[in-house]
Amino acid sequence: MIKHLLSMDQLSADEITTVLDTADSLRQVTDRPIKKLPTLRGRTVCNLFYEASTRTRISFELAAKRLSADVINFSADSKSSVAKGESFKDTAWTLEAMGVDAIVVRHGSSGAPLQLSKWVKASVLNAGDGQHEHPTQALLDLFSIREHFKEFDGLNVAIVGDVLHSRVARSNVKGLVTMGANVTLVGPPTLIPPQAKGWGAEISHDLDAVLEDLDVVYLLRVQKERQSEQLFPSLREYASVWGLDARRATRLKRDALIMHPGPMNRGVEIAADVSEYPRSIILDQVTNGLAVRMSLLYLMLGGTEEVAA
Amino acid sequence: MPDIGAAERGFTVKAQVMGSDDVRRALTRIAHEIVERNKGTEDLVIVGIRTRGAPLAERIAAAIASFENADVASGALDVTLYRDDVNLRAPRNLEATTVPADLDGRVVVLVDDVLYTGRTIRAAFDAVLDLGRPRAIRLAVLVDRGHRELPIRADHVGKNLPTSATEVVKVHVNEIDGEDAVLIGEYA
Repeated sequence: MIKHLLSMDQLSADEITTVLDTADSLRQVTDRPIKKLPTLRGRTVCNLFYEASTRTRISFELAAKRLSADVINFSADSKSSVAKGESFKDTAWTLEAMGVDAIVVRHGSSGAPLQLSKWVKASVLNAGDGQHEHPTQALLDLFSIREHFKEFDGLNVAIVGDVLHSRVARSNVKGLVTMGANVTLVGPPTLIPPQAKGWGAEISHDLDAVLEDLDVVYLLRVQKERQSEQLFPSLREYASVWGLDARRATRLKRDALIMHPGPMNRGVEIAADVSEYPRSIILDQVTNGLAVRMSLLYLMLGGTEEVAA
Repeated sequence: MPDIGAAERGFTVKAQVMGSDDVRRALTRIAHEIVERNKGTEDLVIVGIRTRGAPLAERIAAAIASFENADVASGALDVTLYRDDVNLRAPRNLEATTVPADLDGRVVVLVDDVLYTGRTIRAAFDAVLDLGRPRAIRLAVLVDRGHRELPIRADHVGKNLPTSATEVVKVHVNEIDGEDAVLIGEYA
């Protein structure tokens, strides 16, 4: 298995399948009275978060704890050494000096996890870096899709919305294409980056034209903080052209899945009632995230590469 | 000598110590011993340790069910995440643990193919106790080859097989390997 998880580029279809299969076995643990395994006893995992996060940080923390690892949470906020001006590199070396085995990092700059992996001996897991990637989100999304459709060949998946700023979109396209799904990026031309043509996905600027063929419609969060860049006229107009409302949802195939990485802007990219339809698996995605992160921690930390018994 | 070891790289078979009839008879005897010791089938759960303990447990449970005319619960346990050498080897693929939901107050009979150092069984104890609190845990193995590293013994043994530590004991089961056999050999 890989030492660091920085990008979905690193994983072949076989490796992704191993991660998903292992997650399948680990998910059983969530359903039993004692939800803990002794596997990573004595290992230490640090969550190093330079950007806000609820579900990803909690999910990683719980995954590490379920495997009996010790967890340190470091948020680069007003209470930390970062507020005193400590550099990323010095923070990394400080963690290294304390003997952590893995660093889960979220950072506003693309490539920060890669840089970190060059400084420390610990395994680095990318929990979202700038507009680059969010590989564990892609893996949990693949897990959730596979749970319903069993395989990826021939599945039509649309990723809708602000692809330009979305690390979730980048990681998901790579993962889905590797697994053999047909991916379409849907959004206004201002929110689809020009280089997306080389990602192996189709590009469409008309959600209504693709809806009926979809097996999965994956809605990206509208990054409201980007509105000042004037890439779309207003939230209201965005909702009417690119949002999944009840009218559009009725045109989906009966068994099509509705997905969203969270946090949702209800009434913008997804209508409030649509997010609660039975076909919406947004909460399953969260549950599956725990199992997938346990799987990664086990595969990356639980053992040595040298001795294969 | 059947050409069984050929598929496993570097493993040369020195002797076959049990054939399919021997395995069948041993499992049948173990099945009877379990019921005799338990004074019936009440509370029994037969749990195989993956990989090859699992089909053996199924067969023992089926045998008990047929001669006692009663339902016997069975399941399979993957102990990988509980092993004490989990940090010393490459991560292994996990298989499903399928054990009846409620183990509290029941008698769990663990089934494995080979009892050797006892470390797998120690891991299985922890795995079972995380699932519930059985009234008792017992152990049935097809082959006991000695060389224990922990104070563990089996309650029901198919065959005691004195071996040297350099030898390798392989059990083949029909459900996985296409035949039933117990082989002694060594790695080149």
